[in-house]
Amino acid sequence: MIKTNLNINDLDKNLLRDLDSYIESLEDPKGSLINVLHRAQMLFGYLPHNLQLYVSRKLDLNAAKVNGVVTFYSFFTEKKTGKYVVSVCMGTACYVKGSEKVLEKCLTLLDVEKNEITKDGLFSVKDVRCIGACGLAPVLSVGEKVYGHVSADMVEDILNKFRGDENDS
Amino acid sequence: MIVKNLKELRELCEAVGDHVHLRENGKSKDGSFIDILIGMGTCGLAAGALETFEQLEIVLKKKGLNHVNVISVGCVGFCHMEPTVQVNIPGKEPVIYGRITHDQVEKLVNKVIIDGGFLQENYLIKSFRRAVI
Amino acid sequence: MRGESEEMIDLLRDKVAELGLTNTVKVIKTGCFGFCEEGPIIKIKPDNIIYVKVKFSDVDEIFEQHVLRGHIVERLLSVDPETQETYKEDKALGFYKKQYRIVLRNCGFINPEDITEYIAVRGYEALAIVVSENTPEEVIEVIKKSQLRGRGGGGFPTGLKWELTAKHRRSDKYIICNADEGDPGAFMDRSVLEGDPHTILEAMAIAGYAIGASTGIIYIRAEYPLAIHRLEVAIKQAKEYGFLGDNIFESGFNFNIEIRLGAGAFVCGEETALINSLQGMRGEPTKKPPFPSEAGYKNMPTSVNNVETFANIPPIILNGPEWFSSIGTENSKGTKVFALAGKINNIGLVEVPMGTTLQEIVFDIGGGIIDGKKFKAVQTGGPSGGVITGDNLDTPIDYESLRSIGSMMGSGGMIILDEEDDMVAICKFYLDFSREESCGKCTPCRIGTTRMFEILERLINFEGTPEDLETLEDLAINIKNSSLCGLGQSAPNPVLSTLEYFREEYEAYAYRTKKTSYQIIGDKCIGCTKCSKVCPVDCITGSIKKVHIIDEEDCIACGACYTACPVDAIIKP
Repeated sequence: MIKTNLNINDLDKNLLRDLDSYIESLEDPKGSLINVLHRAQMLFGYLPHNLQLYVSRKLDLNAAKVNGVVTFYSFFTEKKTGKYVVSVCMGTACYVKGSEKVLEKCLTLLDVEKNEITKDGLFSVKDVRCIGACGLAPVLSVGEKVYGHVSADMVEDILNKFRGDENDS
Repeated sequence: MIVKNLKELRELCEAVGDHVHLRENGKSKDGSFIDILIGMGTCGLAAGALETFEQLEIVLKKKGLNHVNVISVGCVGFCHMEPTVQVNIPGKEPVIYGRITHDQVEKLVNKVIIDGGFLQENYLIKSFRRAVI
Repeated sequence: MRGESEEMIDLLRDKVAELGLTNTVKVIKTGCFGFCEEGPIIKIKPDNIIYVKVKFSDVDEIFEQHVLRGHIVERLLSVDPETQETYKEDKALGFYKKQYRIVLRNCGFINPEDITEYIAVRGYEALAIVVSENTPEEVIEVIKKSQLRGRGGGGFPTGLKWELTAKHRRSDKYIICNADEGDPGAFMDRSVLEGDPHTILEAMAIAGYAIGASTGIIYIRAEYPLAIHRLEVAIKQAKEYGFLGDNIFESGFNFNIEIRLGAGAFVCGEETALINSLQGMRGEPTKKPPFPSEAGYKNMPTSVNNVETFANIPPIILNGPEWFSSIGTENSKGTKVFALAGKINNIGLVEVPMGTTLQEIVFDIGGGIIDGKKFKAVQTGGPSGGVITGDNLDTPIDYESLRSIGSMMGSGGMIILDEEDDMVAICKFYLDFSREESCGKCTPCRIGTTRMFEILERLINFEGTPEDLETLEDLAINIKNSSLCGLGQSAPNPVLSTLEYFREEYEAYAYRTKKTSYQIIGDKCIGCTKCSKVCPVDCITGSIKKVHIIDEEDCIACGACYTACPVDAIIKP
C-alpha cells in the first residue's frame, strides 16, 4: 500500500489561515463542503490527502466522506499540477474535429501521462469536458489562455510560448 | 436606488430606452450617438474580442469620435464568425459584422463610422427577429 | 394573401399535371418562410431560389422560365435595400429569418453588466406585474396555459412542476436554477447566463413568488468563470434596485439568490443528484418518489428548473400565454435553442420555433456541411441521445417526434457528422463519457456502461466477433430498462440508435471486412503523382499519367494522399 502523507503540520500555515477565515464566513459550513473544497483547491492548487483531512476535521465530517466527495467530482484533483495546466477539450465538437490527436501530441511532446507533471514542473496535461467554445474546435487552453482551431502541428509552438515566458523571468 | 413600484419601473424603462431603440431599428430620439456592440462571451473572448474592444477604444479616441460608445454584450450566436460586432447608427438599420479582429478595427471605423459606408466582406446579417416585448 | 397563395398552388398543380410532370415536380404548401412582409413567396428546390411578392400573374413566368428552362426570374428576387445585393439563394435570409429569439432575445443586444440596459428592454417589468397584480395561483395558471415544458431535456410541464411544489405548505421552499450544463457540445445555458443574467434572476423571483419560496439557488459549473462573474454582478445590481431582497416592489414578497458551484459531474444534471451535490455530498441520484417538489433541498419542497426554461418566463408574463402557445407544434410550444457544432459551416447558437425541420436547421441556417462533403447524420441529445439520418431530416422537431425516431431533444446540442465520421468510434466516445460519469450507485449503469465500452473498443481494434453485436444490443436494452436514473437509462441510446441506422458499420468491424487502407478509383485517377509524392510510407505506385495503386498492406491510413488528390479519386477506408 502506498503510504499517504496525513500530516496536517506540513501544510502552509498562511494558506490555511485564509481557508479558515473563509470557512468561518459560511452560514452552513458542513453543507458547503464543495464550496470549501473549491476554495482549498484555489489556494493550494490541488487537494492532497493531508489537506482533505484538515478540511474534514475543521468541518467535523468523516475524512472518508470528504475523500469520497473529492474523488467523485472531476474538477477536484488530488495530484499536484504543473505551473501551466494544458487542458485539451474533449467535448463532442472538438472530438469530431480531431482533439484526440492534439491530446496525444501534447503527451508525447512533454513525455508525460495524463494528469502527470513534467520533470521541470512546468506543465501538466489534462483532458476536459466541453469548455463551450465549440465554434473554435478543436480547443486547447493553457492556464486562462484559450487557443482555437488547434492542430497537432501547432502544439509545439504553443507550448514554447510558455517556456519562453519562463526563460524571460 | 430602490424602484418601488411598476410605475417607477416603467418611467425608468422609458428614460433609459433610447440606446435599445437604436439597436432595434436605428431609431433613437436623441440621434447624436452611435453604439458599437461587441460580443464578449467565452467564444468571442477566445477569438480575440477583448483585443478588438481595446483597439476600438484606441482608434475612436485617436480620431476624436467621442459620440461613439463601445459596449460589451453577450454572445450573439455566430461562433464561427467571432469576434462579432453590431454597428448601430441613427437612421440606419443595425448591421452585424463578423471576424472583426483587432487589425480590422481601423477599416471598420473608417469605412462604416466615418464614411457611413458598408463593409461587404465582413457583413453577416441584419439584426434578428426577437420576441418584441 | 392566403387566399391568393392557395390559388397559385392550384394553378401550379394544374400546370404540372397538364405537362405530365407529377413525378418530377412537386408543389408543396409550406408554413411561413418567416419574412411575411415580402409574401406571397415561392421557393424552388433544389435550387433554393426564393421569389418574393409573387403575384398571380407571375406564376406563369416562374413556371415557364425557371421550372421548365432553369432561368432565374431576376425581377422577382428579394433585394437588400442597403447592399443592393439580390438574394438569389435563401442562405443569408435563412440564417436569421428562420430564427425567432425568445430565450436569446437579449444576448448580444444588451450589456449584461449594466442593469439599466436590461430595464430598457422592459426588464423586471414581468416581476413587478406579477407581485403587484397577480396571486401566486394566477401566475401558475399563466405558465400552465402557455404549455411551457422544461428545456433541460425531460420536457416536463413547467407550470405543473410549480403547482406541485406550491401545494405543499411548508415553512421553507426553494427554487433551484440548474446551470450545470454538462452535455459536451451544448453551450446555450452558458450563453444566456453570460449575455442576459438578469432574465434568469427575474424569472427565478417570479417562480419563487409562484411557489412561495424566498430563496433561490443557482447551481452552476465551475468551468464557467465568466458566467459566474456576470451573475455575481447582476445579483449585486438587482439588490441595489430592490428587485431582489426584502419587500420587492413594496409587495411584502422577499426573495434572495445565491450561487453554488458544481464541480464537474454530468449526473448532477439529474435533479435529485443536483440536490445532493448542493448539500455538500456526492452527486448521486436518489429514488423518486419522493419528488423534489415534496422533499428536495434540505428536505423542503423544491422546484428545479433549467436556465433556458427560466429565460422563457418573463416574455410569457409580458406577452401572455396565448402568444407563447401560438408558437410551435401541438405538444411542444415556443422555441428551442440549439448549439450547432461539428462538421457544419455556421457553427453557433440558433433559436427556432418548435416544429422547424432538421433540414432547415442544418442546411438553411447551418449553411450545410464543411468543404461540401456529404451529410451523414445529426447527433442530438449528447451522450443520452441518438443519431438522426438523412431519411428523417424532414421531421419537424419537438419532444415527441425526436423520441419516436430514437433520439431526444436533450439540452439542445447538435453535432453534425459528415461522410467521414465513423459511427462506431463516435459511440465509443459517448460510452467512454457515460462510463466515466456514471456515479456508480446502481450496477447496470456502473458495470454495464463499462462492458459496452469494452466491446466497442474491441470492435474498433478488430478483435471483436459477430456475437459481440448481440451482447452489445442485449446489454444496451437491459441497462436502459434497469438503471436508477436518467443518465443510466439513456446512456445506451447512442449505441441503440446507431445499431439501428448504421448496423453495417458495426458489422464491418465485427466481420473484419472493414477496409483499413485508402483506395484509388482507377476511372478518376489522372496520374498526376501528387499522392505518391506525399505518401510517408511510399506505398503508392504508379507513373505519370498512369493510374496509381495503393498497397493495402502497407497503407497506414494517414490520409495524406486523400488531401493531396486534386480530383477526388481517393476514397477513405
